[in-house]
Amino acid sequence: METFTIRAQARAPLPGAGRQAIVGVVASGNLEVLLERSETGDAVVVDVTTSARGFRAVWEAVVADFIARSSPGGVRFSIHDNGARPDTVTLRLLQGVKLLETQP
Amino acid sequence: MRDWTRQKTERAARMDAAAPFADGKVVAADDATDMLRRVIKSGDRVCLEGDNQKQADFLASCLAQVDPADIHDLHIVQSGLVLPEHLDLFRLGIAKKLDFSYSGPQSGAIARALDQGKIELGAIHTYIELFARYYIDLTPNVALIAGVCADRNGNLYTGPNTEDTPTIVEATAYKSGIVVAQVNKIVDEVPRVDIPGDQIDFVVEAPRPFYVEPLFTRDPGAVTDSQILMAMIALKGIYAEYRPKRLNHGIGFATAAIELLLPTYGEKLGLRGEVATHWALNPHPTLIPAIESGWVEQIHCFGSEVGMDRYMSARPDVYFTGKDGTLRSNRLMCQNAGLYACDMFIGSTLQIDLAGNSSTVTPDRIAGFGGAPNMGSDAHGRRHVSDAWLKAGREAAGDSGPLVRGRKLVVQMVETFGEGMKPAFVEELDSLALARKLNMELAPVMIFGDDVTHIVTEEGIANLLLCRNADDVEQAIRGVAGYTPVGLARDKAKVEALRQRGVIRRPEDLGVDPMEASRNLLAARSIRDLVTWSDGLYSPPSKFRNW
Repeated sequence: METFTIRAQARAPLPGAGRQAIVGVVASGNLEVLLERSETGDAVVVDVTTSARGFRAVWEAVVADFIARSSPGGVRFSIHDNGARPDTVTLRLLQGVKLLETQP
Repeated sequence: MRDWTRQKTERAARMDAAAPFADGKVVAADDATDMLRRVIKSGDRVCLEGDNQKQADFLASCLAQVDPADIHDLHIVQSGLVLPEHLDLFRLGIAKKLDFSYSGPQSGAIARALDQGKIELGAIHTYIELFARYYIDLTPNVALIAGVCADRNGNLYTGPNTEDTPTIVEATAYKSGIVVAQVNKIVDEVPRVDIPGDQIDFVVEAPRPFYVEPLFTRDPGAVTDSQILMAMIALKGIYAEYRPKRLNHGIGFATAAIELLLPTYGEKLGLRGEVATHWALNPHPTLIPAIESGWVEQIHCFGSEVGMDRYMSARPDVYFTGKDGTLRSNRLMCQNAGLYACDMFIGSTLQIDLAGNSSTVTPDRIAGFGGAPNMGSDAHGRRHVSDAWLKAGREAAGDSGPLVRGRKLVVQMVETFGEGMKPAFVEELDSLALARKLNMELAPVMIFGDDVTHIVTEEGIANLLLCRNADDVEQAIRGVAGYTPVGLARDKAKVEALRQRGVIRRPEDLGVDPMEASRNLLAARSIRDLVTWSDGLYSPPSKFRNW
């Protein structure tokens, strides 16, 4: 088990009105992401709790690419990971922001 | 004056010695070991039929009972070395030298035995390479084979798993060797004659049916979103692009996902009838939905698959069947078909290096190659054309002149991280370390980089045909290697330039939305769905039943 927090600045705040969303499950090779619109302006916070030790550098690279791609300013991500691979992480993050964007 | 008939004389002497244990050609199970003692001599080359699926397991256990003081230094020449008894022969000192193709479940035991010097390794072959050597310098003195039933004259019915049998028997019987068959039953009349009786010397009714391993059954329930994404990328970026009609699929989950997407995503892309109509393929249950949806014209099989027999018997327009109604497979013919008559091989691998060399060897396992190096290689003797073959050839040739020949599409699908988050992309293949450790002159490489045309990962496609030098190849591979150390070490500018040239194509370049990659796209989401698609004709082995 390893826990760490990644902080970053997005290009712009995430559009849409959704306050909270949850995607994924903590099954083997998968992860659960809770998204909350709780940060100010363009700030992004990603709290990671993962079962796999020693992959912090990979997480930072995946999160940086994701933020560059979708600009989720103002969102806090709380992740419970059970050994998901990077593409699954990216997929869940994208699914999460889409849900938050399109919620009424 | 030289005696030109020594082999026939030797054969006659052995047959005479074994005669007391036989009633005509029929040998009782209890006498089988004594009979083998008379027909096998130290130093013989022996093929103990171990195919990909069908195993002469009873004869293997009989051979393991001989006294190594009497029979030793056997040279085992067989395609599959998959039973514990096969290794026992080396452990007990009955056999010494080994030439083989595939080891599957014994891959760890073989590596240990090599390390301990219990096995003197000739080579790890591809199937047709070993079969070829049966006729040149590895002709068996004795072949111990397996079939479903035989009559008292030795006429043999192999059942749907004909596999290697005709090839082994031909080489042995026509070079004064001795052929012994174990069968599940001795009958008055066989349903069809797969091997004529005059090529069989002895038949033994085994106490239990020969063992067959279900090797090609992939549970749709275990297909992941990543594999579905890769399948979408392959269908859009390779199948729709090159339109390969004649092809072979590997046995992994990535290609199983493609099979399950043909009737859904493939249909949406308008590919039915345009691609994947003619196959060299094992009987994959996951292809049933595509067959039932009218995608497939015909399939020739290397071997059979547990549970598929009734389905195939009911679809003789698709599968090759005998007059008795059951499947006729043949590994030599099908491998040859895959080599010369297919425009594409697409399959999974475990490791790829920066030159595109691909291997399934890990430091402590020697699984062998089976047919992959042939399926996954460009046949330089090919002289007939197809659109897919010519398009690949033109891409590879660039502007290099009018005399352009085609290329087989050889596609490796791999998730950037494998089991236990082990990176699939590496600076050096594990097989090189293994070769150094065991003093092998040739490192076991499944497919060499110069045969690979495309690498598909969840990050996109690297088209190696469009690479013009080693640096292009390296950066194209790094460019689809994702967040592995090899991927993170990419030259971003070069990778972007390769993307502009179409060498690297991302999902978004292909119009593939990763958000759509979900299990809802699968034509069947469980083994039970496959049974339903087959009208109840497919009967999965119990380990795949959860209802």
